[in-house]
Amino acid sequence: MVFEKVVEIIADQLGLDSAEGIKPSTSLMKELEADSLDAVEIMMALEDEFGIEIPDEEAEKFKNIGNIVAYIEENI
Amino acid sequence: MKKRVVITGIGAITPVGIGKEKYWSSLKVGKSGIAKITKFDADEFPTKIAGEIKDFEPNDFIDRKESKRMDRFTQFAVAASKLAIDDSEIKLEKIDQYRFGVVLGSGIGGIETLEKEHQKLISKGPSRVSPFFIPMMISNIGSGQVSMTFGAKGPNTTVVTACASSTNAIGEAFKILQRGDADIIITGGTEASITPLSMAGFCSMKAMSIRNDQPDKASRPFDKDRDGFVMGEGAGILLLEEYEHAIKRGAMIYGEVVGYGMSADAYHITAPAPGGEGAARAMKNALNDANITPDHIDYINAHGTSTPYNDKFESMAIKTVFGDHSDKLAVSSTKSMTGHLLGAAGGIEAIACVMSIKDGFIPPTINYDTPDPECDLDYVPNVGRNKSVNFTLSNSLGFGGHNATIIIKKVD
Repeated sequence: MVFEKVVEIIADQLGLDSAEGIKPSTSLMKELEADSLDAVEIMMALEDEFGIEIPDEEAEKFKNIGNIVAYIEENI
Repeated sequence: MKKRVVITGIGAITPVGIGKEKYWSSLKVGKSGIAKITKFDADEFPTKIAGEIKDFEPNDFIDRKESKRMDRFTQFAVAASKLAIDDSEIKLEKIDQYRFGVVLGSGIGGIETLEKEHQKLISKGPSRVSPFFIPMMISNIGSGQVSMTFGAKGPNTTVVTACASSTNAIGEAFKILQRGDADIIITGGTEASITPLSMAGFCSMKAMSIRNDQPDKASRPFDKDRDGFVMGEGAGILLLEEYEHAIKRGAMIYGEVVGYGMSADAYHITAPAPGGEGAARAMKNALNDANITPDHIDYINAHGTSTPYNDKFESMAIKTVFGDHSDKLAVSSTKSMTGHLLGAAGGIEAIACVMSIKDGFIPPTINYDTPDPECDLDYVPNVGRNKSVNFTLSNSLGFGGHNATIIIKKVD
């Protein structure tokens, strides 16, 4: 559930035509070509959606979508 | 030796049509683009009408991810630039990108983005302000994004002189090409300021028409019953090219930019100087720059905003500069149809000038019903006319007392 919602938000923020092919191992910056500004905006959207706070020092540790999902599941 | 500078492509996004064909055919028949505001609820505003662009779909021109990161004024700029490049039939992969520049004007920049993000600041706090806020809002991002979209690595700048912005931009682009610092420059202006905050500000200045019950009659430059300008939005982009460069690639040439003049009123923040003396000096400077006498000019596309002061003083300025020749001049304000596009006005109006040369046709000033004794020139009332145009002059006058004039010539 969390994974699907995260993928939906990321695809929307990045203006992707389709969320297909995004896996837990997908990297936001490398494979989806998000820049640092995209990353900040995605974190904001996730915070709003899940009602949590993602501190910058946590966000910097995310290597892939799976890490983001795991953090959210632990903190909601 | 000064280089010659010609126009080889045009792109128009206007309230009377997108693309040069729709834009020009609307101007020829005197079609108004003014209607009730639909972008937001304007019921509480004294002015409830504007020239909106209703059929603009950014993704027809711009990648979805990119367009999401652009304010509407930048979307207009990139889309109109694409139209101009397509129109010029230039092969971007064959040109020297280090000699390919962009000089745009915008009066207000990304005010829609500013309003949206400020709302977030107030309602949700500073942590919710988008990281894209600043790079979407700043007025120079239009010329920045155009350079990124088309790989233009040459001279790049933005002019912000309110309603004179895009005529200043075209003039500055002309000078860069004339002195040999580039081969091609995308120039003109863009504006998207039909927003609640912007409209409220102009309403408070009592600068805009309140003829809400007759939107298509509201912009009536030089008419005795004019009561203010009507806001429009859009972009007018021209591809300026060094003459030899254009000839070498077999480009279609619309006309030649031959003169640019500017001046400052140094008088008042919004009111024009009495007698239009600042505007007169800008026109004189442009004529001197073109090295021609006033009697060469066939057609003036006036600033003609439909405000009581502008139209009176601009008419006086024209008479000061042109003397007896004023009676033979055709002067029209296409703002009667498009509304006032602020920092994009000079861009779309330069295109109107170019098309008047190419087509041998002068577009009208519509809604001209009651002559004003203080405005007594030939304003091409209500119906356009066939006339060969060799030299045309376009004025743009901005808050802050900025006056800019360009002169465009037919190329045989």
